[in-house]
Amino acid sequence: MDKIDSKNKKTVSSVDEDKRDFLFVTTAGLAIAGGGVTLWSMIDTMNPSKDVLALASTEVDLSPIEEGQSLTVMWRGKPIFIRHRTNEEIDDASGTDVTNLIHKATDESRVKNPKWLVVVGVCTHLGCVPLGQKIGDSKGDFNGWFCPCHGSHYDTSGRIRKGPAPLNLEVPPYEFVSDDIIRIG
Amino acid sequence: MKNNNENQEQKGVTGWIDKRLPIFTFMNHNLRDYPTPKNLNYFWNFGSLAGITLVIMIITGILLAMQYTANTDLAFESVERIMRDVNNGWLLRYIHMNGASMFFIIVFIHIFRGLYYGSYKYPREILWMLGVVILLLMMATAFMGYVLPWGQMSFWGATVITNLFSAFPIIGDYIVTFLWGGFSVDNPTLSRFFVLHYLLPFAIVGVVALHLVALHQFGSNNPTGVDVKSENDTIPFHPYYTVKDYFGLGVFLIVFAGLVFFAPNFLGHPDNYIPANPLQTPAHIVPEWYFLPFYAILRAVPDKLLGVLLMFAAVLVLFFLPWLDKHKVRSANFRPFYKQFYWLFAIDCIILGWVGAMPAEGIYVLIARIATAYYFSFFLIIMPLLSKFEKVSDHLPSSISSAVLSKKFDNSTKESYVK
Repeated sequence: MDKIDSKNKKTVSSVDEDKRDFLFVTTAGLAIAGGGVTLWSMIDTMNPSKDVLALASTEVDLSPIEEGQSLTVMWRGKPIFIRHRTNEEIDDASGTDVTNLIHKATDESRVKNPKWLVVVGVCTHLGCVPLGQKIGDSKGDFNGWFCPCHGSHYDTSGRIRKGPAPLNLEVPPYEFVSDDIIRIG
Repeated sequence: MKNNNENQEQKGVTGWIDKRLPIFTFMNHNLRDYPTPKNLNYFWNFGSLAGITLVIMIITGILLAMQYTANTDLAFESVERIMRDVNNGWLLRYIHMNGASMFFIIVFIHIFRGLYYGSYKYPREILWMLGVVILLLMMATAFMGYVLPWGQMSFWGATVITNLFSAFPIIGDYIVTFLWGGFSVDNPTLSRFFVLHYLLPFAIVGVVALHLVALHQFGSNNPTGVDVKSENDTIPFHPYYTVKDYFGLGVFLIVFAGLVFFAPNFLGHPDNYIPANPLQTPAHIVPEWYFLPFYAILRAVPDKLLGVLLMFAAVLVLFFLPWLDKHKVRSANFRPFYKQFYWLFAIDCIILGWVGAMPAEGIYVLIARIATAYYFSFFLIIMPLLSKFEKVSDHLPSSISSAVLSKKFDNSTKESYVK
């Protein structure tokens, strides 16, 4: 026993400290990196999957929508409000003084063709669907949309005018494929 | 006492097992001989009641999970099937549904008990904080459970609550998309909520175990708030408190059964019997009653981010209680000022719950703001100030025994066996 002990002590004293540090750092470093990559690949499974992402674009034919009418379509599981605006509504939206708005944005910046307003029909407060798409719905104080959950009022450009919502109704990415067809997403 | 058990080796099968796995010694130590203050009142029943309710919830939950389908196309139907076709399925679901409400009532009383008798103070800080962790886990579990039937309130409750995270700048939207597993509350959301709803109760069991270990380290607090000073102050847990807890359980089960059998939907919302519709928000979204005070705080603030932060802060502030209230006396019975602010706080919480159920307009907003202001001032202003300036009542007993014998200035017990 004694012999082994003294032998061990010898080896301990003659240990190559640099080599040990190197081994320690590389082992720990690789373990952290490998663990991190593995952990991320696990967490990432909870992000939107490919089939969910595949539903990310929708084409809509606008021709059946008469002036003054609205259409609601689904895009990424959310309602999209498409409104064929009347001249009055367009004038109302573009004539508003931008400086007084909660979330400042001109009407021009929110439309591609002023006749058509396309917005995500989800209140920017806590995600309810505002009223104003159906005939007889309350359109709020600014003749656009009204969210019944916590009382946000949106104007004919989908801009927040009154209530707790911090932002205007989001304009989704979309383009006119032809005069009457848009592709959302 | 411990030495006795170790020396006297038991005979027979029990003894053989106990020598190798001291489970009987452990049970004897923690459930039978366990010295407990002799003056505990009925408010001390709620800890064991909470534990029993947790077990009821887990058992009914496991049985429900055998019948439930976590898919947006099938979830609502599968719950209706449980109600109509599964043998006693209605009973199972009503117990589970109302059990959640019972669990929260019990835990709220349990928390208010601790708040009144100063149970969060030295040396029980970690015991208290583990309790707050249990509360947070319970809230997450209850919220996700409410989503599972996939009714209108399930869907829109889930939408509103998950959208709370969008209030955080920059990362907010990523968090929400991550929580949903998509771009709206949908099938991926439902299936992960089901999994987590099944998982978290077992996490609660784990934290409850830690809660009990921390409790048994120093034993229960008591209505006087005075430390146990001698064996005269305590009685064994069994049979004295097993009997008392058992009686309380009977009373509780009468109330519980009354709700399950005579008013099973009293605490629910009728809109949740309408299948979820992502295109139509109900006119008036209300969370379950146990979230109403926090919901009221959220809506009291006009700014979205600030509202969300205050709502989270309303629960998280509880973690800091042991350091906000540094007054030496534990029990509110001997703190005349704290006692009054305490009852005002209790009423304040009820008011918050009430305005949380009302539409967020007009006078209700004002009431919610005043109540929110008091909620936070109680913890952040009143408690620290009282810790400094409140005088100790003359009636503070020197020991539990002297209080029980109502001898105010009896010091004789103090001299005998100090722990």
